[in-house]
Amino acid sequence: MFQMDFLDDIRRMNCRQIFYQFLNFAMIVSSALMIWKGLMVVTGSESPIVVVLSGSMEPAFHRGDLLFLTNYEQEPIRAGEIVVFKVEGRDIPIVHRVMKVHEKEDGAVKFLTKGDNNNVDDRGLYANGQAWLNRKDVVGRARGYVPFIGIVTIIMNDYPKFKYAVLAGLGVFVLIHRE
Amino acid sequence: MHTFLSRVNAVSAFSLSTLAALTFLCFASTFLVNYTAPVTINAANVVLKNVPEYAVSREKHDLGALRFDTTADLTPLFNWNTKQLFVYLTAEYETPSNKINQVVLWDKIIRRGDSSMVQLKNQHLEYYFWDDGNGLLGHRNVSLYLSWNIIPIAGTLPLWSGTGSYKLSFPSEYTQGRSF
Repeated sequence: MFQMDFLDDIRRMNCRQIFYQFLNFAMIVSSALMIWKGLMVVTGSESPIVVVLSGSMEPAFHRGDLLFLTNYEQEPIRAGEIVVFKVEGRDIPIVHRVMKVHEKEDGAVKFLTKGDNNNVDDRGLYANGQAWLNRKDVVGRARGYVPFIGIVTIIMNDYPKFKYAVLAGLGVFVLIHRE
Repeated sequence: MHTFLSRVNAVSAFSLSTLAALTFLCFASTFLVNYTAPVTINAANVVLKNVPEYAVSREKHDLGALRFDTTADLTPLFNWNTKQLFVYLTAEYETPSNKINQVVLWDKIIRRGDSSMVQLKNQHLEYYFWDDGNGLLGHRNVSLYLSWNIIPIAGTLPLWSGTGSYKLSFPSEYTQGRSF
């Protein structure tokens, strides 16, 4: 009965209706993209929202917690704050705390990071021969925190089949669902 | 009309939006809280060496060492939206080569429910006090201060410092030998 309903729905759609459904679908995808790109502009960060993927900042952040980042050029980097940075040769950005800062008169800054839950600083994680991070390595600085929510993306990344099933299900639902 | 699925949908949508609203209120209620607190810091046994910092280069850099005392009552910083404090002692100073130098010397995580009194006597540094060169010799104006990063249950991650610092002077000669 439940299935018959939506089959009936499709059967009753004419060409114009089907076209409208696809437009609706495109609208949803593009507004999601616009929100993301808009956040990039407002925060100045190339990825304004990140999910914590490791336990190296426990007990502050656990796997699956969500962080909101900003990356304004004029805000200086200072000891104690939590930055998200990229290291050459590693795809995944790292979320760690700044432990040392040396800033020159002209604003050129080099700094060293460490995870709260790690015993040693991050020099072992940096690229070969790299002793310091620079401003350009920073993806963003942690400004806001919400627990647990990001676990959805972690589950989706761990089980790609589940991800495709969810995406396909949502796509089909939007396409055949009549307003 | 009222199928099982539509009921599940309604209940989960309502609980999700309630949770979201409560989380937002949790953030909003502590957004403007003043998280500063009085702190006393003292230092002693200040020595300075000039040894190669192999983690950075083969060049000799200034390596300071000291013992410190500090007391702070951080109990007022724990409100309903404080999950944890990251408390850290920073040395900040200016050298001819760098306008701003900040080195974290010691840190401590205070979780909700832990004792929130910081009372240290004759405490060793947790991290090496390396300068980025040779700027510490005879330096008379290195300030030590205690700061904290508030980790909320949900909300912003502000950095606050205690009122009270200590002005440190380094000797104008290096200590020779292995021991501090």
